[in-house]
Parts: sequence; structure tokens; C-alpha cells
Amino acid sequence: MQQFFINLRRSYLILGFVFLYLPIIILIGYSFNASRMVNVWTGFSTRWYAELFNNRELLNAVWMSVRIAFSTATVAVILGCITSYVLIRYRSFRGKAFFSSMVTAPLVMPDVILGVSLLLMFVFLNQATGWPETRGSLTVWLAHVTFCTSYSAVIISSRLQEMDKTLEDAAMDLGAGPLKTFIFITMPLMFSALAAAWLLSFTLSLDDVVIASFVTGPGATTLPIAILSSIKQGVSPQINALATLIILGVSAITLVAWFFVRRSNLNSTHKGITQ
Amino acid sequence: MAEVSNNQNRHNAMQTQGHSLNKSLPEIRKNGHKSRPVILRMEKVCKYYGSHTVLDDVTLNIRKGDIFALLGGSGAGKSTLLKILAGFEQPSSGRVYLDDEDITSLPPFKRPINMMFQSYALFPHMTVEKNIAFGLKQDKLPAKEIKSRVEELLGLVHMEKYAKRKPHQLSGGQQQRVALARSLAKRPKILLLDEPMGALDKQLRSKMRLEVVDIIEKVGVTCLMVTHDQEEAMTMADHIGIMHHGCVIQQGTPIDIYEAPNSLITARFIGSVNIFEGNITSQAADHVVIESNPLPTKIYIGHGITAALESTKVWVAVRPEKIELTKEKPIAEYNWAQGIVDDIAYLGAHSVYHVKLPNGMIVLCNVANTARSAERPTWEDPVYIHWEPNVNMVLNS
Amino acid sequence: MNTSSSTEKKIKSRLKGTGYFALAGIPAVWFLLFFLIPFIIVLKISFSEADFSIPPYTPLTQYAEHILNITLNFTNYLSLLSDNIYLYAFISSIKLALFSTVLCFLIGYPVAWAISCTRQSLHGLLIMLIMLPSWTSFLIRIYAWMNLLSVNGLLNSFLMKIGIIKEPLIILNTNYAVYIGIIYCYLPYMILPVYNSLRSIPHTLTEAAKDLGARPAKAFFKITLPLSKRGIFAGAFLVFIPVIGEVMIPQLLGGSQTLMIGNVLWQTFFNSNDWPMAAALAIMMLIILMVPIRLFNRMKATEELIRE
Repeated sequence: MQQFFINLRRSYLILGFVFLYLPIIILIGYSFNASRMVNVWTGFSTRWYAELFNNRELLNAVWMSVRIAFSTATVAVILGCITSYVLIRYRSFRGKAFFSSMVTAPLVMPDVILGVSLLLMFVFLNQATGWPETRGSLTVWLAHVTFCTSYSAVIISSRLQEMDKTLEDAAMDLGAGPLKTFIFITMPLMFSALAAAWLLSFTLSLDDVVIASFVTGPGATTLPIAILSSIKQGVSPQINALATLIILGVSAITLVAWFFVRRSNLNSTHKGITQ
Repeated sequence: MAEVSNNQNRHNAMQTQGHSLNKSLPEIRKNGHKSRPVILRMEKVCKYYGSHTVLDDVTLNIRKGDIFALLGGSGAGKSTLLKILAGFEQPSSGRVYLDDEDITSLPPFKRPINMMFQSYALFPHMTVEKNIAFGLKQDKLPAKEIKSRVEELLGLVHMEKYAKRKPHQLSGGQQQRVALARSLAKRPKILLLDEPMGALDKQLRSKMRLEVVDIIEKVGVTCLMVTHDQEEAMTMADHIGIMHHGCVIQQGTPIDIYEAPNSLITARFIGSVNIFEGNITSQAADHVVIESNPLPTKIYIGHGITAALESTKVWVAVRPEKIELTKEKPIAEYNWAQGIVDDIAYLGAHSVYHVKLPNGMIVLCNVANTARSAERPTWEDPVYIHWEPNVNMVLNS
Repeated sequence: MNTSSSTEKKIKSRLKGTGYFALAGIPAVWFLLFFLIPFIIVLKISFSEADFSIPPYTPLTQYAEHILNITLNFTNYLSLLSDNIYLYAFISSIKLALFSTVLCFLIGYPVAWAISCTRQSLHGLLIMLIMLPSWTSFLIRIYAWMNLLSVNGLLNSFLMKIGIIKEPLIILNTNYAVYIGIIYCYLPYMILPVYNSLRSIPHTLTEAAKDLGARPAKAFFKITLPLSKRGIFAGAFLVFIPVIGEVMIPQLLGGSQTLMIGNVLWQTFFNSNDWPMAAALAIMMLIILMVPIRLFNRMKATEELIRE
């Protein structure tokens, strides 16, 4: 009976991971297929990678997306930090509940709604004030910062909430002003949350296709938009190659981050036991 | 030198705001206490949260070199008072003076007051050394000076060996020593201790109490601590203030507070006590006679009472260790009663007898376990309780 | 002296107050400008008519001979109700979202449960592996299934090779593909909150149940399942709400019979260039989602997600 349950659990786990990873593994495998046909394996080749690196358009899109994602993540973490401070550390003020629900609402808002509303907003602003003159990377960035700030705020405020406020009090008591307290005490203690918020914002911005499609303009093709238009024309081994690079890149970063966190956890518990 | 110039006689009167009815007992205070200047003065400090009153008109004077304990139950307002002194909260009204300088609206980081937090609040990402140096760095002292000061403090709290450790690698007692060293590093004018033993387990407490007092006395810093533990207050402090519902209801030395409480609240808060409700039947300059229902005899108080009384209704408090338990009927005219032993709690050095009076009232009475057990009264034995006329305390509130 | 010091204090505290509020003001203004006001504009435009101008809609207010004319045009909302396409899209979106939420639960719960039963030291790694695909590109994950499911894709050639089927199955561009895509993409969002709530159930509870004579299956249904309710609800909302507005999955994996409101909005906007109609669709979608979003916020379900 006991053994039955253990086997049951094991098979659930295996099936779950097979379902999640098999399509990705096949995708990676076929990026090395010599043939243009996806279902016929004709031999190992890296020609699609070579073609990918000669595809100026796609490389431009990558560069554009990375730039937007980088600046989005940075600003979103800063705004998310301020937001969390207001939500967690401020005494209650009038409109705090409204502020809190407004900031977290984009988390559960479907992308199409965000996309349409932001686009109409930019058009309206342009008519009323002449700014933003054209839609492009700036408007994509503004849109991305908006929803990434929500994610950052949720991650950072959950960390801030569980952080002992007396640590900040103690720093102030010992003569550090609010800014110094933030830099020397709060920031280092929240580092993992800040890093997580930054990485999540970066990936979300890099991955967004729906909102970007609405708010972008001519000349500002982000990577997902480029991938989408390529996919719509049909299966292409070049996309397989690109997908492989993205998957490997994300996995590498995640694994490194995970091992880093795990090691620091292990270290602290280990030392805690031996002392 | 500043001490001398600040020694202002007008602040000298230590306000033992007693409405105490007892002629005060011989004041046993630390030598020279009265001649030392007042360093911290709270004047009519009130704090409200909405319609809720947390501090109600608190006036407090603390003299240089005192170890002053604020004792009170949860919700008495003692933590709020501490926060106001540290600068984390602003009083709704009233002022706080440190060395006659108004510090009421000074932010915490500009006050020469440091605090040891209940949770210690040691920075987990810094070593012991860096924790202690943190405050000194904020003052932009030269690195050399910081180093020597940190070493000095590590020596003071016997933590030299642990300088490079992180807080989570230390035991509770060690963490406390680091926290103490950190709060002493800047040579604060006032050291605040928030429930100093609150995070320690029971066995460690009594050891650390003495150790902390030792260090504080060695440094000579004025210290204000907040605690809900009467034993802690009695053993560590040389002055105690009892807080209740946002008011400081009595101040004095531990002996004052124990032997001459000015109200039922104080009497009940410190130690255990038997309370007899009664009416004054006759009153003279040197004695008072009180009639109390549960007692067959009248209560004779061996001293006159000072304050004018609005009514004759009073309460007489008698500590259990002041009551004598006998099998024979006392010869005295006053201050005794008959009862039967209802329960006995054996506590090692002494036993607490619960004596039931004819009307059902239970009187506690301590009996030292010096005699052999066979000679002591046991359950259901008829006994007499009796006390001397000068050990009881008369209270009117 | 007393009054001067009190006014000084007042000024100081007011200065401090403005400093705080300036700080709080940055995100507040940002969200007002880029989140709240846009909705008002969407609402406004949903009352105008499509037009061949730039931007492609009629103005709502007009100055004619010094008289302000406000024309509220309900055509879009009327056609939402009368045109079967829209009604059908709404109903089928809700149906699809409901079914895929249930399927995600049925598939995700056992996996989450299996993870919570492994050695403590494995939990972090397994949860990270569950989440890892969702941090890579969304489009690429859909694309992977396009490769697999097409008529001459790998699934069909595999099934034909081992002789289960003679004719290739038509899966891509049907609702089956849409279900597969949704489950594949949203499964992690069900597993994570369920796992988090399972983890917080003390082991002693199920042990106590077994000690009191409950069989393992009974202990599971009487103790574990009810106590993981919060995680299940959080996961359900995290799947249901975004699936209602899903665009890419129906567009890339669905076929002509797949009608989902997010995709219809997209088509209306990009293909028909009917901005006011798209705005009206967005408003309708928002109204439908209002209830689940409110419920989601009330149970503070985001906490379930980031507890790890």
C-alpha cells in the first residue's frame, strides 16, 4: 500500500516534467536539424544558427528588446521599492487602499486590455499635448514599466513586510538618517527580493508581445513581435535556433541564481548548527 | 563639569507623587541620589491614537546615573514612552528635555540617546564588530578611533573572541551582550533598555540581569528600562516607576514600592498581598483603628495617616510574609483572626498557607520551612493568623 | 515662546509630510497616468464611432457655433448584444477558461502534491524546474506545440509509425490544440500556489488522522485537500483570469471555430481597425472580470504565489 502511493507520486512527477519539458527538448533538438522540414531528421547541422546570426532584422529586434527590458527592469525596481515603502512603512493615509489596489491591479489585468487602454491613452496624449510624438520604444518602455512595477512592488513589499522594522529603527537610533538607513540596512537585507524583482521584470519585458504590439510604432520591432510575425508565416528552423538560445540563456541564469541562493542558505544553516 | 552647572535645585525634588496615607518609611536610597542632577525630564507628556489615550500626562524626572525601571503590564504605555524618548514617536502634547534642552521634535538619529531593543535588532548582514562600529561610523569618527573603541567595548562585554561572527552564529546571551555594546558605543547620555531580558530563557535571565547591571554601572551611564517583570525591575533598577493605563502611578526605590505602595494597583502589581476592606472607626495622631468585616478583631495601625479622607472606607494590605501563623490563639487585642488551613503550596524554602476565614475569605501566609514538618499545621487544621501593627499598609484607592 | 516653538514644529512636520508625499506621489502619478486615466479614455472612445480618419474614430465632443455637443454613441454596445459573434466569443471564452482551469487543477494538483511529499531538500529544485519554462518566452512555448501538433508534425508521424493511427489527426487549429496550449502555459501557475499551501500543512495533521484510523486516501480527502483550499482558489484565479483575455494561444493554435474574446478584440483592432468597437469589447471584458478580480484581491492570493 505504502509502496503504491510512493510509485503513484513518482509517476505523477515524471509525467508532469515530461509534459513540461518534452516539447522544449524536441524544439532544441530540431534546431540542429539539417533539413528545413521539421518532422524529418536529416542530420546534425548548425546552419540555422549561422543564418540566425546573419539575420540583421532579428538581431536588431533582440538588441531593442534587451535595451527596453534592461531600462524597464531598473526603473520598475526603483518604483516598486518606493511603492512598497509607501504601502508597508507609511502610516495609513487617506486613499491608501485605493493606491494599493491601483498599483496591484495590472497583475491580474489581461494584456489585451492593458495594451488597448495604453495605446488609446498615448494617442489621446499626442492629440492633446503633442507628446509622445511617435509611438515606438519609448511608449513600449512606459507600458512595460507600468506592469513590471506592479510585479516588483508585490515581491519587494512581501519581503519588506517580513523584515523586522526594528532593524531600521536601530540604525536610526544609532545616528543614521533615513537615506543612510535605507542604503546600509534596508537595501542589503532586501537584496534577494530586489534581484528577483529585477530579473522578473526583465523577463516579463523581454517576453511581452501583446502589449508591445499595441503600443509600438513603426521602426520599433521588439523581439517577440519579430518572432510572432515569423511564426505566423509558418514553422522555421531559424526560430528553433533562436528559441534554443533563449531557453538556454534563461535556464543558465536561473540555475546560477538558484545555486547562489541555495548555497548562501546552506551556509547560514550549517554555521548555525556548528557554532 | 556639565553636571555641576546643570545641577538645578528646583528640579531636585524627586517626586514620589504619593497620595500615600502612610508616614513614609525611612528612605533608603542610593547615597547622594538627591544631589545628582536631573538629566532627563518629561513634562506632561500625552499620547493619543485617535480617541485612545496611551500616555496620560506623564511627568518623569531621571537623575544622572540612575537605573530607572518603568514597570507595567502590557498596554500600560511603557513601550510608547520609550519610543517617544528614542524619537520614533512624537508626543501629542508635552515636552521632553535632555540636559535642559528640548529634544521633543528631534529625530531619533540626532538624539544622544541609544536603545537596546527587545529583539536586539542586530544587523544580520554585519559581523559583531561592524554592528558595534555602526553608530560610530555615522559620527564619521576616524577609523583608528572606531577600531580602538570597538575593541574596548568588545572587552567590556567579554566578546573579543566573537568579533568576526555574524549575529545568527551567537547564542541569545551573546547576542544580548553585542546589542548592549552597540548601544553603549556612542557613549549615549541615556541608555534605553526595552524588555532587556524578554528574549532570553528563564535560566539565562538571572545571570544576565547581574551582568548587564554590572556593565551599566561600570560605564556609569544613566539608564531607563522598560519591563513587565517585577523581579527584573527589583533586581536591576535603583528606582522604579509603576505604569498603569498610561499614567505613572508611583515612583520610588524598590523598597518604597514594595513596603509602601500608594494604591491597590501598585500593591497588587508587586508581589502578592492580602487586602482587607474596612472602615475607620477611630483615628488619632499616632494610630488608627479600622473595622473589617472578615476579621473578628479590629485592625490597629501603628501610625497616623497623613492625607485627608473623603470617606472612612479604606483598604488594608498585608504581605503574606508579614503574617504569623500559629496554632495557639494570639494574646493581642488587634490584628488577628481564626481560620482553617485550606491549601498548602510547598515552595522549598517556605510554604504558602491558604487560610480560609469563617466568611470564606482566603488569606495567604508564608511559613518558613525551618521547623520539622510534623510540627507545622496541615490541611483542615484550625489556625490563627496575626500580624504586628506596623507592618500593614492603609490604602484609599 | 511656547506658540513660536509649536508653529515651528508644525512647519517642520508639514515639510516632512510633503517630503513623504512627494515620494509616494511618483508611483501614484505614474499609475494614475498610465493605468487609471487610460481606462477612462477607453470608456470614452467606446462611445464613439469608427471613422476613416487619424485616429480612426469620431470625436465625442464637438464645438459647433459655440455649443458643446456631446454625442454618446451606443452602437458598439448594442452590436455587442445583438451580434452573435461577440456574444458567442464571450460565452466560449468563459467556457474555455473554466474547462482549462479545471483541467489545470486535475493535472497540477497531483504534481504539486507529489512535490510536497518529496524530501525537503528537493522542493526548491523541483519548484524551480516547474517554473523555469514559464520564464522563457511564452511565444516559443506555443511555437513548440505548433511543431508537435501540425498535420505532418512529430506527434502524428510518431503515432503513425507505431501504427496506432493510419490517417494523421487534425489537432492544430482546433480547440484541442487551444486546450493543450493553455494547460501547458498556465500549469505552473496552478502548481505553485497549490504547492505553497500544501507545504504549510503540518505533517502531524495527516499523521494524526492516520493514527486515528483514517486510511491514506481518506486522510487525503478529509485533511489535505480541504486545507489546501486557499492554494487551489489562488491557482484557479491565476489561470482563469488571464485565460479569459488570452490572445496568442487561440491565434496561433486555434482555428476558425475558436472564438476567444481577447483574440476577437485583437482582430477588431488590428484587422478591422475598429478602435471604438475594440474599446467597447475591452470595457465588457473588464466588467466580466470584475468579479473574479475582486475575489482574487480579497483573498490576497498573490501572497500564495510569492511565499517561496
